[in-house]
Parts: sequence; structure tokens; C-alpha cells
Amino acid sequence: MACELADLQQQVREALADGRPLRLRGSGAKDFYGEAPAGDLLDTRGYAGVVAYEPTELVITARCGTRLVEIESLLAGSGQMLAFEPPHFGPEATVGGCVAAGLAGPRRAAAGSVRDFVLGVTLIDGHAEVMKFGGQVMKNVAGYDVSRLVCGALGTLGLIAEVSLKVLPRPFEEATLLFHIGEARALEQLNQWGGQPLPLSASAFHDGTLCVRLSGAAAAVCAARQRLGGEPIDAAQAQEFWSGIREQTDPFFDGAETLWRLSLPSVAAPLDLPGRQLVEWGGALRWLKSDAPVGQIRAAATEAGGHATRFRSQERAEGVFQPLPAALLAIHRRLKLALDPKGIFNPGRMYPGL
Amino acid sequence: MGDNPPVGIGAHEKDFSQVDKARLVAALSRILPPQSLLVDREDLKPYECDGLSAYRELPMVVALPDAEAQVVAILRTCHQLGVPVVARGAGTGLSGGAMPHKFGVVMSLAKFKRILKVDPLSRTAVVQPGVRNLSISEAAAPHGLYYAPDPSSQIACTIGGNVAENSGGVHCLKYGLTVHNVLRVRGVTIEGEIVEFGGQALDAPGYDLLALVTGSEGMLAVTTEVTVKLVPKPLLAVCLLAAFDEVNKAGNAVADVIAAGITPAGLEMMDQAATAAVEEYVKAGYPLDAKAILLCEADGTPDEVEEEVARMKSVLAQSGATEIRVSTSEAERLRFWSGRKAAFPAAGRISADYYCMDGTIPRKRIAELLEAIAGMEKKYGLRCINVFHAGDGNMHPLILFDANVPGELARTEAFGAEILEMSVALGGTITGEHGVGYEKINQMCVQFATPEIRTFHRIKAAFDPAGLLNPGKAIPTLNRCAEYGRLHVSGGRLPHPELPRF
Repeated sequence: MACELADLQQQVREALADGRPLRLRGSGAKDFYGEAPAGDLLDTRGYAGVVAYEPTELVITARCGTRLVEIESLLAGSGQMLAFEPPHFGPEATVGGCVAAGLAGPRRAAAGSVRDFVLGVTLIDGHAEVMKFGGQVMKNVAGYDVSRLVCGALGTLGLIAEVSLKVLPRPFEEATLLFHIGEARALEQLNQWGGQPLPLSASAFHDGTLCVRLSGAAAAVCAARQRLGGEPIDAAQAQEFWSGIREQTDPFFDGAETLWRLSLPSVAAPLDLPGRQLVEWGGALRWLKSDAPVGQIRAAATEAGGHATRFRSQERAEGVFQPLPAALLAIHRRLKLALDPKGIFNPGRMYPGL
Repeated sequence: MGDNPPVGIGAHEKDFSQVDKARLVAALSRILPPQSLLVDREDLKPYECDGLSAYRELPMVVALPDAEAQVVAILRTCHQLGVPVVARGAGTGLSGGAMPHKFGVVMSLAKFKRILKVDPLSRTAVVQPGVRNLSISEAAAPHGLYYAPDPSSQIACTIGGNVAENSGGVHCLKYGLTVHNVLRVRGVTIEGEIVEFGGQALDAPGYDLLALVTGSEGMLAVTTEVTVKLVPKPLLAVCLLAAFDEVNKAGNAVADVIAAGITPAGLEMMDQAATAAVEEYVKAGYPLDAKAILLCEADGTPDEVEEEVARMKSVLAQSGATEIRVSTSEAERLRFWSGRKAAFPAAGRISADYYCMDGTIPRKRIAELLEAIAGMEKKYGLRCINVFHAGDGNMHPLILFDANVPGELARTEAFGAEILEMSVALGGTITGEHGVGYEKINQMCVQFATPEIRTFHRIKAAFDPAGLLNPGKAIPTLNRCAEYGRLHVSGGRLPHPELPRF
């Protein structure tokens, strides 16, 4: 049912008055992610619609309940896109959920993450205030960057009611190439290519096959194809493949084992962990399907200079995100208190007590 | 919360007049050798202002640590004694962000100038905060890499300052700001805790504190180490110079370039007054009869550039450019840029003083703002020349004045304030890349309402509960907004009506 900003604010105000936690939720496409949701449901989908979109300004502003597919098809109509290529994880996924989760897709290493494209938000905080941070312009350093702070905070710092995102033109040309090589060689190759002026926009390695996507001006893609060699695959097949990686519908993601997301320096050596792995982002993202003990996986990620997230598992267990060092945890707690002193927003969704 | 009185967090400026200099100096002497602790007036003088010299203040002392342990000890000491600390890099900032506090310590990070690591394979560099922006690119150059953000002060400004200000540059439309090019910031809180924001990977667990501290103007922590991303140097860059007989057409051409799916490596605009000023100075060969010129740059591989230049040329021609020149050599490209890069010194040459503004507006409003500025020139009796990072709507009007003429500085400040307030009214912001600092603290009250400002103070307190890091900058107190608001009644409605008036 459609609602106004004031209705959302009223719901927050009432919850605040009753000291009643709220579970902020769009379509629930990412219900699996993070710690178990708690609190009374606040469905954001009633507050939907694109507020402003001008292709020449490279900015789109939409209400939190707007479906991602709606935004993407509107942008496509003007030859533009969300460059961070967000996973939807469901047909009804909303832009509010996308920004709150802060998850980016295959283009992330080349183009940037969700937060890199967030220009501004309208936020309802835990004092039930409606506030605007950032704006619709590319460069803006007035005040602390609250818009980026709430991106990826899993709704624990407030309700993102509206968001402005920078958009980019779609590439004029794309091509996907296959290489049959081992993991160590693939990682080395990806990092070397990363240091050269090549239009790499995505990569995925699994089980002896490296897939690389090139995007850009026709001349650049054509020249890079000639230089890199490899085996081209046709456009429809390529699109299906990258969508399978992004949405985790690729057969790699099948199976009952827990799916771990390891975010590492791109140069980290192949990880010797039980289970199957798929490498994205030029080596900086390693998906692991494994039932190995948490401690072993976390230790390997830390050793490699990164962190591990229990991304999806059949049974929910605590400790989804890598524990924070004490000094950082203290800052997190104080920030939570600053924006949500009564702890009404998505309590515990990220870490206990946040 | 309109019924809340302005008490508590962020309501008032804190009073630090009780700081005991002798006690402070004695405590700091136990941490720093004598040559690293400046206490005499003549030694303090060089630190009295940053790049915005209109605002000056002598600090109580200047501390020049050269090790992180000293930074920790200095901050702990200041925290214990309740002394304000202003961190400073090269002092090239343009908003008074590093202006000293009268009762505080200026902590210069100038001695932290080591590049700790350049790793070509991971395309990262680990540097100390006092490393100059350009020297990172110089160190990365042998590997065909560079650090992308290039503020105009890049030969002098430091990476620590860039992090504090979230600095941009002429290439940020395509390559991003500091926040997009930094992976990790190691810093020290006012309590002397060492913290790391971000990490070696592309993301870190928890809240995005890296984004929060970037651009926080030295209010949250003191940076002691930064890991930056390096990107491949484009093989070729070609610049187009397009002339227009109406400012409006140039503004529309900017929109047309973007609409055509082009992301130029740089897209700059100068008005006629600006081209005339620089032409006299650097002889860039700019067409002086044009009402505005655009500089539009393509970079990449030679094939890619050729394709993009053809596309740019056709768009600019359709948008009504009266003349389009394409650089045919690196020397010519640099000559095209020489005028734009000389805009500030050229202003200094034709005028005793100039005041640089930094608002950002939606691109489509550029012509509108220029028209309004022309009106303000008459209103204030001052000249203004205009240069823009047109690609991202960030404009730098340079107001020309003479500080020795009584009343001109005050008129200039009023002129500047009106430009910034108009930027907000046009849907933009008071600062695109220079920061709020001390300079634009009043305009923050125009851009933000009480709840947002209160939130900023709460965030500040989450890092620095005692409010000792760079007090009086970046975020105005609510009382300041109330006072400023009294002068700026619009539509009969007082901003921040809940606050008492003085």
C-alpha cells in the first residue's frame, strides 16, 4: 500500500515511543544476509517511485521501496546503468535494500561499490527525524559523509527513505573471453592486467576456467581482445553467465555447504581451504562453498589480509561478520548510539548490540 | 524536535581559555625534542593560516612529531589537559581548515613524508600522511601507474590533507575523488587509540568508517598512514578546445557530451573574463571573442581516444561550438590546459587579492548561476572571473578585490556568501572540494537544518567526546546558526526558530 514519508516517520515515532524494535525490510530478497532479523516489520515498499532522473546529470533519485528492476530499465532506456551492478537476489528487490546491504556485483573492482555511487540520502534516524545528507551533485564535501556511512550498515543506523545515485553510461561494446588456466596463474594474470590500460570490467575464475569481461569504446574492446587472446563466447551466453555470478544462480553456488564471502587483497595467494572456490573482482573476492570450521576460514582470511563473511547458510548461526578490533567496535557502538540511541533499527542484524 | 532547547551536544562553542601554556609545553617537552616543539611567536607565525590567508590565528604551540608513538602521546596529553589539536599537512587548504586554535596545538604531520611501499602488482601504495600528492604518482610512474586525484595544489598538498578534505581535481568525473581512491586510513583518536579504517581488501567489516573519515576535516582522528589505489596511466590524452558565442550554449554542450554517453577525462569551462585574464598571462592561444570556452579531454589507448575524440567533436559541433581545436601533440594539449591551470595565478596578477569559491550545482544550472553572478558583480561593485569543473558542476568563481581598500573584504565575503547560498538554492552544495573549514561554517546553516547539524555533532562526539579535534571548524554550533540565521531571514521564516536570538 502506498504511503508518504510522513507515514514512515510516524511508524518510527511510534516504535520509538514504545521502545519497540523495527525490522526494516523491502521485499526481503536479502533476508538471508546478516544476523537474524528481529523486531516488528516495517515494510518500505509502500514508499516507492523514482523522484528525479535526468540522464544529463548522471543522477537518479528514488524512494526506498522502488524496485531495482524498475530503476535499471529506466536507466537502460537512456543508455545508462548502475555501474556497481548490484545483485538483486529476488525479482522484487528494492533500491533501499540495495543501499542498506551495500553489495556490489561483478563490475565492482573496475567501477566501484554501492557507496562509491551514493550521492545523498534522506534518512529517518532513531530520533524519528527526517534528514537529508549529501545531495544530487558529484562533488560535495559539506558535513560528514552520512550517506556513505549508512550504505552497507544493514539498516542499523536509520531508515534510508530516499537515495540519490550516480549513474554511468552503458559501455558501447562488451566482450567476454575464456581462458583455461590454473588458479595461481589466473590470479597473477588478473593482477598484471589490472596494472595495464585495459577495459576489464569483470572476472570470474573457477575450476580451471577464467572468464574475463571487457567493456568500453568499441576500439578499446577490439584492441584488448586481440591482445589478450582467449576464447570469445557469444553475447547472450555471456550475459547469462555474468547474471548467474551476480545473482548466485550459477551452478557453483548450488549445494548445501555454507557460502562464505572472503574479501581479500587481489594479490592474495590461492587459499588452501576445504571446499570449492570461485574468484571474482580480479582476485579481491573469493567465494567459498565449505563446511570447514569458522575459525579456520576466518584465520585464513585474516592471514591473507582480508575478512570473511558467512554469506549464506542453510541454518542460521551467529557470527556472520568478522569480529571487529576493540577500538573500532567502541566507535561502532557510539555511532549506533548517536543515530539510534534506543536501538530500534534492525537490532543485532550486523553485530550483537548494534 | 522543534521543542528542544539548544542545550547539550553542539549547542555552544567550547571555551578553552583556561588552557595553561606552561603546563602544556612542559608536558609536550617530555614527548618531543626541543627542535620539534615551537613555542615562540616568531616560530609560530608561519603556521598562523593555511591557503586561505584571510583568516589567521596564532596557536599556543606547534608540535612536529616524526613517529606515530609521538602522535599518540601528544594526543593523549592534549586529551588529558583538555587542549584543542589542529592537524596540519602542507597548509594548502582553501577553507581555513588548518587555521590554528588560539588555545591549542597545531600538530604538523610534515615530517611524515616517507613512501613506505609501492606495490605494482596489487596497484597500491602505502604512504605517510605528509607525502605530497604528486610524489605518489612520481613514485608509481616507473610501473606505468599513478594516483588519480589531482587537486590543483598537487605539487605541494599532502595525502593526509587530501584525506581530510576528500580532495578532487580536474579528472574526478572519470577517476573519482579521494574517497574513491583510498583503501585504508590508519589514524589515532584524540584518546590516543590507534585505529584502522578500511583495509587491504576492497571492503572491510562493519560500518564504512573509511568513507566517514574521508573529508572529515581533521575532526574525527589524526591520520598517520594511508593506503592508496594506483591506476594504469592512460597511454594517450587528447584535449579539445571548443569556443561558444553564448555561455548558455557552452552549458548545454556540457549536458550534450554527457547525454552522448561520453565520460570525459576532464571537462572544464571558463568564461570570457577568465580567458582574457589568463591569456594575458600564459598566452594559451584562447579565442578571446568567445563568451565561454570548454576544454574536453579524452584519454586511454590511441584507438579508444580516436573514437572518443570523434564522438566529442561531433557533439560539440552540434551544440553550436563556433570553433573546435583538437590537440595534435602533448605540447599543444598542455598549452590548452596551461590557461585553465593558470587561472588562480592570473587572477592574482590582475587583482591585488582574489577569493576563490567552491560551490557545486547541477550542470544544467550553470548558465543560470553565471547570469546571477553577473548581477552580483554590479550589486557588490566587484569583478568576478569564472572557472568551472563543468563535468561535475563544481565551480570556482574568483572574486577580485583589494584588501587594502576599506570595505572591499567585507563586500567580497558577502558576495561569496550569496554565491554559496544561491548554489544551495539551485540544488547544489556550498563546497565541492575545498571543505567547510572555518570559511563556510555559516553557510552550513543554510545547507543543513538543525536535525542534520545535531547529527553531525553526535557523530563527532562518537569519535571525540571532548570536542578537542579541530574545534570550531566544519560543523557550526547551533547557536552560531541561530545568530547567522538572524541575518538571513528568507520568506519571513527564521531558520532554526527553536533557538534563542542574540
